Amino acid sequence: MSENITSVTDVNFEEEVLKSNLPVLVDFWAVWCGPCHMIAPTVDYMATNYKDKLKVVKMNVDESMSTPAKYGIMSIPALLLFKSGDVVETIVGALPQSKIVDMLSKHL
Amino acid sequence: MSHTYDVIILGAGPAGLSAALYTGRALLDTLVLERAAPGGQILMTDYIENYPGFPEGIEPFKLTENFRKQAERFGAKIEVDEAKEVRTRDNLWVLEGRKQEYLTKTVLIATGAYFRKLGVKGEGKYTGKGVSYCATCDAFFFKDKVVAVVGGGNWALTEALLLTKFARNVKVIHRRDKFRAEKILQDRTIAHEKVDVLWDTVIEEVVGENVLKSLRVKNVKTGEVSELDLDGLFVSIGTVPNSEFVKDIVDLNEWGEIKVGKKMNTSQRGIYAAGDVTDACPQQVATAVGTGVAAAIALDEYLQGF
Repeated sequence: MSENITSVTDVNFEEEVLKSNLPVLVDFWAVWCGPCHMIAPTVDYMATNYKDKLKVVKMNVDESMSTPAKYGIMSIPALLLFKSGDVVETIVGALPQSKIVDMLSKHL
Repeated sequence: MSHTYDVIILGAGPAGLSAALYTGRALLDTLVLERAAPGGQILMTDYIENYPGFPEGIEPFKLTENFRKQAERFGAKIEVDEAKEVRTRDNLWVLEGRKQEYLTKTVLIATGAYFRKLGVKGEGKYTGKGVSYCATCDAFFFKDKVVAVVGGGNWALTEALLLTKFARNVKVIHRRDKFRAEKILQDRTIAHEKVDVLWDTVIEEVVGENVLKSLRVKNVKTGEVSELDLDGLFVSIGTVPNSEFVKDIVDLNEWGEIKVGKKMNTSQRGIYAAGDVTDACPQQVATAVGTGVAAAIALDEYLQGF
């Protein structure tokens, strides 16, 4: 995992994501979710290649349950892109890297 | 783009990685292109109990890691990219990737398959909002809820049985009056106290308000239409081969599967195929591995006369 990626929880979500000056990509995942592992290299790619424009964090839905519920997460992997506290893009499922990068980079 | 590979394998699932192990050991210059990360469809399941050599079963992620390590140990390189197009140049094949062009003497297509959609109203709108294609991923979100699985094959019943660990009630919706799945899965499903089977039933519409709320279903024998209130729908009605990008290059059958010969050869010289993308693989890890290995051996033979 890229050193630019940090973990967030229900406790620090507001501080780390909603109040961030940079756009934030939140990767909702779980250990037992195979397709979550499939998109991990793509999340790494975003963290490395957009490090000046984007903050990348992961939230383990097994450990933090109220934030996923608040954002209506019912399928993972789910990537939500936040700008100034608002969701501007939602990507559900293990899509190809090129597609995910296209969908995110147009906002950056 | 001066480098010419002996073989480029498209897809890093069980078929592609097993082939890469063999081509690597045959000292062929091997590149594997994968559009996400190694694994493929097996990562959609929670546990594999029918792959020989693992009497207690194995987690799909571990098995994938093993496949990958073993292929890399013999020199296979795995990169993230996908072929958008395949075309010929002299006696070589050119793969048009998203990142660059690749040149190779042979191609092994092991791109697998993806989940078939129901194609009913509301399905797309509520995907990720109650409609799911992966119980392993999403069963967790349906603790003590009522869910349905649509389908009647191995995959559907495996999903239904996994969901019983989380949901309060699991309805299995099947359009026929009997399942296609293995007998052992049928017995486990029908005997399960949390499972209700709705035979001869099709889904006509996924209904919701922000999230999925109900299904409009129809009994195909009586014609009766009813509304089924529930929280989640898991779609397991089979797969569609990832063969679209080569449909003008190699022969496909009516379901879009690549037609292969005994040596996993396609209708094009130097192009081989293996695993779920072909018409020769009954969608098992073991058969994906077997066809991958057979293709690797055949293309090695072909390259000796290249």
